[in-house]
Amino acid sequence: MPTAAGVEARLPIRSDMDLVWVRQHVRQAAAQLGFGLVDQTKVLTAASELARNTLVHGGGGEVEVSHVTADGVSGLRLTFSDSGPGIPDLDRALSDGYTTGDGLGMGLGGARRLVHDFEVESAPGSGTTVRVTSWVGRRPGRPGEA
Amino acid sequence: MPEHEAGGTPTVEVRDFLRRRREQIAQRWADEPLFRTVFTVSRDEAVEAGKVVVDALAEVADAGRVEDPDAAGFSGLREQLARMGAARSRAGLSTTQVSSELAALWPPMENLLVADMGEAPPERTRECASALGVLMGTLRLVAMQAALSEGQALIDRQRLQLLEVATPVIKLWDGIVAVPLIGTLDSARSQVVMETLLNAVVDQQARFAILDITGVPTVDSLVAQHLMKTVAAARLMGAECVVSGIRPAIAQTIVHLGLDLGTVKTRASLADALGHCLHELGTNIVNAAPDGAGRR
Amino acid sequence: MSEQSSRPVAGHVPVLRLGEVLLVTLQGDLYDTTAQQLQQDLSESIATSRVTGVVIDISGVEVVDSFLGRVLAEIAAQSELLAARTVLAGMRPAVAITLVELGLTLPGMRTALNTEAALELLTRPAVPSRSGGLRQESP
Repeated sequence: MPTAAGVEARLPIRSDMDLVWVRQHVRQAAAQLGFGLVDQTKVLTAASELARNTLVHGGGGEVEVSHVTADGVSGLRLTFSDSGPGIPDLDRALSDGYTTGDGLGMGLGGARRLVHDFEVESAPGSGTTVRVTSWVGRRPGRPGEA
Repeated sequence: MPEHEAGGTPTVEVRDFLRRRREQIAQRWADEPLFRTVFTVSRDEAVEAGKVVVDALAEVADAGRVEDPDAAGFSGLREQLARMGAARSRAGLSTTQVSSELAALWPPMENLLVADMGEAPPERTRECASALGVLMGTLRLVAMQAALSEGQALIDRQRLQLLEVATPVIKLWDGIVAVPLIGTLDSARSQVVMETLLNAVVDQQARFAILDITGVPTVDSLVAQHLMKTVAAARLMGAECVVSGIRPAIAQTIVHLGLDLGTVKTRASLADALGHCLHELGTNIVNAAPDGAGRR
Repeated sequence: MSEQSSRPVAGHVPVLRLGEVLLVTLQGDLYDTTAQQLQQDLSESIATSRVTGVVIDISGVEVVDSFLGRVLAEIAAQSELLAARTVLAGMRPAVAITLVELGLTLPGMRTALNTEAALELLTRPAVPSRSGGLRQESP
């Protein structure tokens, strides 16, 4: 049974450098929990996207990394939070093709496809919290999706 | 030791009973087939395991959730129960038999409880025995759930292994690999196919990969999407992926469904696809002349 | 994942010149500023050295997110404006799968299996193929 030791952490996201530390930690955590290579890459990329969002759009914040289990399956949960301006049009931000003008979007819709469970709470003035979970060995996607 | 409270609810009474009789219950269980055959190293080991179970039951009773398999107290037990169930399964017992062995843990407990409650009014004893009985029933449910999810995990692992075995990669030429697919392409299989194909491209540094779908009965929008993703990923890696084996019926379906395969290169047969790739590689195959000259 | 690519790369990424081609090898994890610095450095290098090709080897890169993807796309676009062709070489399967899932298929980017194939692609007087394959000019 993979241990949670070393997985759990609360990391600040306040600078460019912090993005690298977040990636390093998530990579280690995913490897420790037994994720396969492709799944590791997916969750790591999602973490990178969401961490950058927190920094660039949220004005900085933090990510909480935790080990969760359900029915004996291990999972990696990442909770990104900031007290920034919030996302004005959440539905649009989650749909594909939404951009803030810098060409490649806020990464939310894309990041969502890379993880199994995705929740976001955000409102103008009350910051943003994005909580994603990926499970070891489970193939992502809901019925009917690729 | 908590006092025998006459005024507490039945579940509180059950909790106190479990805490009070922890040792005795575990000792009696150690002689039952379920514990005796699983913990073969020493009887003490069986008794310790029994105590863990009793403690968990007490926690559940304390929370008043004797009928709830999702009660917090049970979560720590799942792994142990799964292991015990698996051990009995390996010994050849059916699920029903394992369930019976779990049920056999009840009479020793009941006897102890009734003895403990000798002075109490019969109605009271009945209530507590009932609460304890429900708790034991829930324990059986939790054990069966644990066994079920172990079984499911095994099926999942085997299915994955089967998928990997069923996705052979064939080196057709230097720089050309082929993956012939047979059977339906669901989401899980498509992922395995994609990973297998792309890994082969790297391992063999193959500039061309042929995905042959002759053996795939139907192509719907989901399958088409998977194919396009595979082709896109191969392209990002510097390889070209050709989809071959497009039967006339499949071609019709694709057109009817209005599926846009975009820039995906397709060929009717694996042979045609091979010809295309060889041509791209600048490789020519010529027939040997009668005197042996002109070999490639 | 391999141990060797875990040190983050700060500062400048080395750019080598091989004849008419600039070769950049990305390893491990890059700081955002490092990637942007590379973009700038390459622009200047192409302009001053008048090369006709740029090869970016990402065989040592484990994660390409939308930020790095955009930097790479911009490098290619800028090079094109400066009359040089860019080839992205050696992308790992897991990275390719993830990029496709993200929806970043980098349509205008030339790609190759490895640096050697990338150089072949750039130095041959052939029609540049998107997948790095060679097409013989008919005699």
